[in-house]
Amino acid sequence: MSEQRAQTSIPATRPVERRRGWWGWFDPRGRRLGGWAFALNRLTGLGLVAYLYLHLGILSLLARGPDAWDTFVDIALNPLVLALDVVLIFGMLFHGLNGLRVGLVGYGLVASRQAALFVGLMVIGAIVLVVATLRVFA
Amino acid sequence: MAELQTTPTHPVRFRVHRRKAGDSGGRFDTFEVPLDEHRTVLDGLVAIRTGQDPSLTFRHSCFHASCGTCGMRVNGRDVLACVTKVADTGPDVTVEPLANLPLVSDLVVEMGAFYGPFDRAGRPLVRESELLPGGERAEGIDVLTRYEDCIECGICVSACPVAGSDSRYAGPAALAAAARVVLEPRDADAPAALRFADDEHGIWRCHVAYECTEACPSNADPGGHIMRLRRAATANRVRRWFGAGRAAR
Repeated sequence: MSEQRAQTSIPATRPVERRRGWWGWFDPRGRRLGGWAFALNRLTGLGLVAYLYLHLGILSLLARGPDAWDTFVDIALNPLVLALDVVLIFGMLFHGLNGLRVGLVGYGLVASRQAALFVGLMVIGAIVLVVATLRVFA
Repeated sequence: MAELQTTPTHPVRFRVHRRKAGDSGGRFDTFEVPLDEHRTVLDGLVAIRTGQDPSLTFRHSCFHASCGTCGMRVNGRDVLACVTKVADTGPDVTVEPLANLPLVSDLVVEMGAFYGPFDRAGRPLVRESELLPGGERAEGIDVLTRYEDCIECGICVSACPVAGSDSRYAGPAALAAAARVVLEPRDADAPAALRFADDEHGIWRCHVAYECTEACPSNADPGGHIMRLRRAATANRVRRWFGAGRAAR
């Protein structure tokens, strides 16, 4: 009887699922260097996939004759579009260089130096980005 | 007779996650607690429970980062509340339960989901005698890492971005435990631990964010152990391709 009373008076404590979900990938709270790299790798990956389709769409202009292509080239030389080119180059550099780190570290090759590897690759990427930006706007 | 030195207190505002069984959702309750700069978040929570709201639930035991029971998220970071000083958090402290583990009540999570994979990892033994001067080390181990100090607090799972999106992911702590068994078997079933880890929801699900290693309060380096395990798993596969007899199957 007392056991029955206890069962009815104490609410069940069924645990509630509480995962952060994929949006947790981009939660900035408490993020450290590797976490930012993880989140940015996903963002740049999605951006590069979107660019791939955009690129194919732009190339299809060639099938519509020289006028269509020349019109696109005029738009592409707009400084705002050139700035988007710099964003694209950043995405390619970050995704490629961080992917190299993930690949190397992921097979245990330089796991103990992964943070230094990341910083080193990002320094290389920053130098290439600066040179590329100067050439884009030259 | 020396005069007792007292440290001035400052009001610390705690925003504490609340959710009881049967509640439809969580909320945050605010409590103000006067604490001096040497006090910790856990001190504040204890003061709230004893002085303001006895219904607040949270886990703690040792007060010195040994037991691993007071893992929680403080201002978005996964920490042990017992060694997180309010002097480092600022006057506004938001306290949440560990993420990626089922919630039981307020700040208490269900640790069974965390401990579950440990059985399949082989549960490596800790032999403290090896750390003593003159202690004998296992064959092939030149340097003792600190994995033995894993306090199973669950902080690595909470910090891991992948654990938040893959409910079947074994998690950093259990995989690091498996690495311990694989790399230093001591008569444990290393092939079984490797089979457990060498899975799409095991070592290959990790995306090298290293949040687990950064957050670990015990420097157990679970991220590094996952990578060492990957190397072992890759070497094992190569050996299998070439028909070496010692490969784990």
